[in-house]
Amino acid sequence: MATNKFTKETYLNWYEQMLLMRRFEEKAAQLYGQQKIKGFCHLYIGQEAVVAGTMSALKKEDRLITAYRDHAHALACGISAKEVMAELYGKVTGCSKGKGGSMHMFSKEHNFFGGHGIVGGQIPLGAGIAFADQYRGGDQVTVCYFGDGAARQGALHETFNMAMLWKLPVIFVIENNGYAMGTSVERTTNVMEMYKIGESYEMPSFAVDGMQPETVHEAMAEAAKRARANEGPTLLEIRTYRYRGHSMSDPAKYRTKEEVEEYKKKDPLEMVKATLLSKKMASEADLETLEEKIMATINEAVEFSENSPFPDPSALYEDIYAEPNYPFIKE
Amino acid sequence: MRSIQFREALKEALNEEMRRDPDVFLMGEEVAEYNGAYKVSQGMLEEFGPKRIIDTPIAELGFAGIGVGAAMNGLRPVIEFMTFNFSLVAIDQVINAAAKMYQMSGGQFNIPMVFRGPTGSAGQLGAQHSQAFENWYANCPGLKVVVPSNPYDAKGLLKTAIRDNDPVIFMESEQMYGDKGEVPEEEYLIPIGVADIKRAGTDVTIVSFGKIMKVALATAEALANEGISCEVIDLRTVRPIDYDTVINSVKKTNRLVVVEEAWPLASISSEIAYMVQKVAFDHLDAPIRRVNTQDTPLGYAPTFVQEFLPNVERVSKAVKDVLYR
Repeated sequence: MATNKFTKETYLNWYEQMLLMRRFEEKAAQLYGQQKIKGFCHLYIGQEAVVAGTMSALKKEDRLITAYRDHAHALACGISAKEVMAELYGKVTGCSKGKGGSMHMFSKEHNFFGGHGIVGGQIPLGAGIAFADQYRGGDQVTVCYFGDGAARQGALHETFNMAMLWKLPVIFVIENNGYAMGTSVERTTNVMEMYKIGESYEMPSFAVDGMQPETVHEAMAEAAKRARANEGPTLLEIRTYRYRGHSMSDPAKYRTKEEVEEYKKKDPLEMVKATLLSKKMASEADLETLEEKIMATINEAVEFSENSPFPDPSALYEDIYAEPNYPFIKE
Repeated sequence: MRSIQFREALKEALNEEMRRDPDVFLMGEEVAEYNGAYKVSQGMLEEFGPKRIIDTPIAELGFAGIGVGAAMNGLRPVIEFMTFNFSLVAIDQVINAAAKMYQMSGGQFNIPMVFRGPTGSAGQLGAQHSQAFENWYANCPGLKVVVPSNPYDAKGLLKTAIRDNDPVIFMESEQMYGDKGEVPEEEYLIPIGVADIKRAGTDVTIVSFGKIMKVALATAEALANEGISCEVIDLRTVRPIDYDTVINSVKKTNRLVVVEEAWPLASISSEIAYMVQKVAFDHLDAPIRRVNTQDTPLGYAPTFVQEFLPNVERVSKAVKDVLYR
């Protein structure tokens, strides 16, 4: 890995972003245990380099859309930890006003087109977002994330076909963490090299090491360049790993402790930290200060969420139709 | 006033709205080079070009979702289903995406789009091409569902639907596209959610919508010869439903028959009957009756088509039953 390609600022930014994602998710897990957070909750721990490496390769006006494992994507797009945490709490100050919860973070302001709960449903949506930019002659690129499980949905094939036919400026990302909930990739397919799915549509398709932001950044930058040059979509199979279960209710008994430990040796956060220290881009003290800053951000987010109100029950009838005064049927 | 076909009325609505707003586009199977499976989009490719009149592969789920994504990002798509029977492979994007996006995002991403195409049976097409899903879509909050019955309503309602900032399901019929009706040259809009009294009367209220309005009106005409005066209400929109127009009519006639091309269980007729008995129970002089399709898939043979659909004979019998005649 040619670490000299990236500046000290980039490494520090990656580290800060990934540390925020990691500590945020650890806190979310803790709060879930305390039943402060309810419903389904899917953590991103282990996969941080995928989002960090994406963001450093994109422009601010580019768009992101993903599935239900969306806290880190929301944070990386620039939604504050306060608003993401408040959404987990179901509070009215959350980024979706307490209407979305863990799986449905959104921010129009930050070009985050959401977390989506139907596996693979966001794949055509991502192409549609890119379609609109192409229609208006815009320069934006859409990054559309989905998991290795979603790659088995028919929506993917219909979308890949049209995205290539129309050369849409979209980057499809399989975040391949090895498991569709509890079912490993090898139990769902004959084609283990998932990036090859794109090849049947002659889509430029690549396998990428997702445990380092460097490799993700490089692949993403190339793909974005192609999209902006009207050369159409790219498929990146980014190979990563989640340390926790599929959701908070999943003890992940379908994989061995050894497997998890093996991946933790390649922990993306630890690897960036090691680079920062070995390249003398930061001292232990610097990173300690950063850690304190992140913890303060998280604690502030929790306090903000605790002190925020739940939405008024009357808000149940709001934001369903853009039309004001829609006549809902009342008993 | 000039008279034009239902399909021409739809085309005029599309043309006018596309000239008015560059963010409107039409996408679907055979809409461009083939000029539309039912010729609704005849000539539109020539005027607007392939950027705005877009042929798709046969991939309803994919292009419905691409439409929703484009709407999230500020465009106003019109997505054509060759028939709403085919919309079932796209229904995830309609129900889980289009109808939910505004609410899930806390009011950030509204979906200003139209899904349109023919609904219901159209002769001997067999079971998979003879279904009416108006009540399925109407059941889902987040959607609006429009089912016009004549060229005038079709044009005014489609223009409104395209300008609407919410997802609208707009349902037509193969058996209406050739119908002619008076449509003025000048521009007009018809609001969504307002029923229309298509024929005034005093003895009984008949409520219907869409293609089967033809049967409701034919029945009223036939019964007029027997001295029975039917008031015929065209709902025009089945989400939201204009209950007030129905209830006010029932308060006048005290009798109600609902006619609908749909399976009976949990249908629009069930809903109308519930609301009328709740609000106007004391005004009813007879139990509410409905005439739906039979509770079966529609088979191919002509005898099945005859047996399956509401017709003048069945509706007349229901009207006479509520009049105790």
